Amino acid sequence: MSATWTAVGQIGLVVLVLAAAHKPLGDHLFRTMTATKHLRVERLGYRAMRVDPDAEQRWSTYLLSLLGFSLASVLVLFGLARLQDKLPLDIGMSPMDPAGSWNAAVSFVTNTNWQWFSGEAAAGHLLQMAGFAVQNFLSAAVGIAVASALARGFSRSGTDGRVGNFWADLVRATVRVLLPLAFVAALVLVAGGVIQNLHAHAEITTLAGQTQSVLGGPVASQEAIKELGTNGGGFFNANSAHPFENPTPWTNALEVILLLLIPFSMPRMFGQIVGDRRQGWSILAAMSMLWVAAVGLLTWAEMAGPGLVPAAAGGAMEGKEVRFGEAASALFAASTTMTSTGAVNSMHDSLTAQGGGVALVGMLLGEVSPGGVGSGLYGMVVLIIVAVFLAGLMVGRTPEYLGKKIGQREITLVALAVLTMPAVVLIGSAVAVVTPAGLAGQLQGGPHGLTEIVYAFASAGNNNGSAFGGLTSGTPFYNTLLGLAMLVGRFVPIALVLALAGRFASQRRVPEGAGTLPTHTPLFVGLLVTVTLVVVGLTFVPVLSLGPVVESLS
Amino acid sequence: MTDRRTPGADTLSFVRHSWAGLRVLLVLTVLLGVVYPLAVTGVSQLTMRWQANGSLVSSSGERVTSADEAIGSVLVGQRFDGPQWFHPRPSAAGDGYDTLASAGSNLGPLNADLLAAVTQRRADVAAAEGVDPAAVPVDAVTASGSGLDPDISPAYAQLQVARVARERGVPVASVDAIVERLTLGRDLGVLGEPRVDVLRLNLALQTLDS
Repeated sequence: MSATWTAVGQIGLVVLVLAAAHKPLGDHLFRTMTATKHLRVERLGYRAMRVDPDAEQRWSTYLLSLLGFSLASVLVLFGLARLQDKLPLDIGMSPMDPAGSWNAAVSFVTNTNWQWFSGEAAAGHLLQMAGFAVQNFLSAAVGIAVASALARGFSRSGTDGRVGNFWADLVRATVRVLLPLAFVAALVLVAGGVIQNLHAHAEITTLAGQTQSVLGGPVASQEAIKELGTNGGGFFNANSAHPFENPTPWTNALEVILLLLIPFSMPRMFGQIVGDRRQGWSILAAMSMLWVAAVGLLTWAEMAGPGLVPAAAGGAMEGKEVRFGEAASALFAASTTMTSTGAVNSMHDSLTAQGGGVALVGMLLGEVSPGGVGSGLYGMVVLIIVAVFLAGLMVGRTPEYLGKKIGQREITLVALAVLTMPAVVLIGSAVAVVTPAGLAGQLQGGPHGLTEIVYAFASAGNNNGSAFGGLTSGTPFYNTLLGLAMLVGRFVPIALVLALAGRFASQRRVPEGAGTLPTHTPLFVGLLVTVTLVVVGLTFVPVLSLGPVVESLS
Repeated sequence: MTDRRTPGADTLSFVRHSWAGLRVLLVLTVLLGVVYPLAVTGVSQLTMRWQANGSLVSSSGERVTSADEAIGSVLVGQRFDGPQWFHPRPSAAGDGYDTLASAGSNLGPLNADLLAAVTQRRADVAAAEGVDPAAVPVDAVTASGSGLDPDISPAYAQLQVARVARERGVPVASVDAIVERLTLGRDLGVLGEPRVDVLRLNLALQTLDS
């Protein structure tokens, strides 16, 4: 079989598994997020937490609970990072400095998992498993919660803006969806060779008589939720390129499937909650088109290997593992940047200019294809409303979506949500390129250096977390600024989306009329994809031209 | 259950919600940060002890589960410099295959330093193996993403057979047979790429000597 056909086969296998899994999992998500009964273990938990899981919250209360929970999470994680040498299982690691602890705490709470540090040299086992891994679960659960609240906004009418209960959403998404899946996935990964122990690093003498450390750690339990929750923070610096995180081609395929699994199942849940599965299908179609296009382009770029170094080397294998090769690396790179995962199984800084450009654009699309757990869905619904609004402008009538009018207040919220991420990315990058502290971080000057900086802010602002690793980002300047970018990029859109959910939940349903734009047709899917691309295009073409485009042409 | 003090009910005090958030976090940390990883560790250590401890092998190539008896992990590359060994790929992890500093070079496709390094490596490998520079495969001149790549391509393994056989004074055919035996195809026919584990190769060479 030729290399091209095996690459197609590899992508096809991943697609087949996802195609088989998204319906049952989407239905399970639907049942979970609309359940009226509590499991016994949940009841026990609520009692210990002393929260009321049955009270319907207005969107503003829901948001306060979410923000209060996130604040507590940041503070606890900050404390764990600062005090790790005083706690058990520190395996001799020093405490992180304040700017670094702030960055790490914000990074994991916002589902970004940007890492300025390398795990094997800076994080003890307790910080990893009781700090980072816990937030891997909970930041993903927060995403599912917000997406569910938005979906409920459409399914309800005439309330005073009540969208559900944050505590119940958080606990259910964790206990009924993420935890069981992660447990099974972790054990399968161990079978493939991912380590799972609590040993400290131990020195050995190699076959050729040199010294090397054998690393220990609860890696599989973290790896599973790292992918499943679209988090992406590696236990080790090399992330999913590390043999102890991703030892074989089949564990690689499993990790790609895990990181796409929930994002591609969310449209089904949405369709079920709003009572019209066709709406879920059209969202799924738009997400899939963008993902397939990105995978195709990135695979082509890496397998063709344009550029001076790949031409001299005989292929684009710098920064890639032999067991994965160009095709499996490209599949992973596209999937991790089109979701908000940010795990890497190859070094993105060494991708071809075209391949790196696709990865960057994947993030700049706002990560809606299929996006992060939950965040991909609510990001896509925001873009749907933009598309519906544009179509409404063309025919000159008040637009509506799923029986809800898109009035001035709604479209203002949507516009702000769409503009937040570009503002964070462009302002952040601009600050970095006009300050000495920002410029000092570049490994390579010229267009590639600019791409390193823009990639960092795109990654932070979109809560992705992957990096063009050449950028020296572990400085107080980048730790502080990127931390801010992650916070704004995560919580401002969440606040706007919840406000939108509240508006919809309080609106009465308008009956479908002859002028209603059907949102389940191929025509609408085309419009939605176009809108997604145009919004990004108009915002980012100048900076992309100065970075990857110039590099591709030279 | 409409107690004003239980957040969940419609209260608008951020402090109250944050305290509730802290309680929720602590309870969930016990479940997700302690019970879950320890449960996975327990099951793994009982049923998949070798894999869970790093796929370690002893100097005779046997599977071991303790670092004390191990000469390395078949999953993690290590340095082999002498001419009697199969050589791994170039590595950007510390001084080469330093597991405490897993990393790639992070150099881009137009980087002049990387271009020079690739050209140099090609010349070095060609000289060491006594072949035409054009015959040197891509994985021999590029550093991996982890810096710990345990594998080389079958092409690079075959390229090294003649040298290794000569240095060890063993027939080329027997080294060839080892490479062929240890070459893995793609998983399920389509996943990843064909590869040969360098540590397994070098362990197998020792059986030829004795």
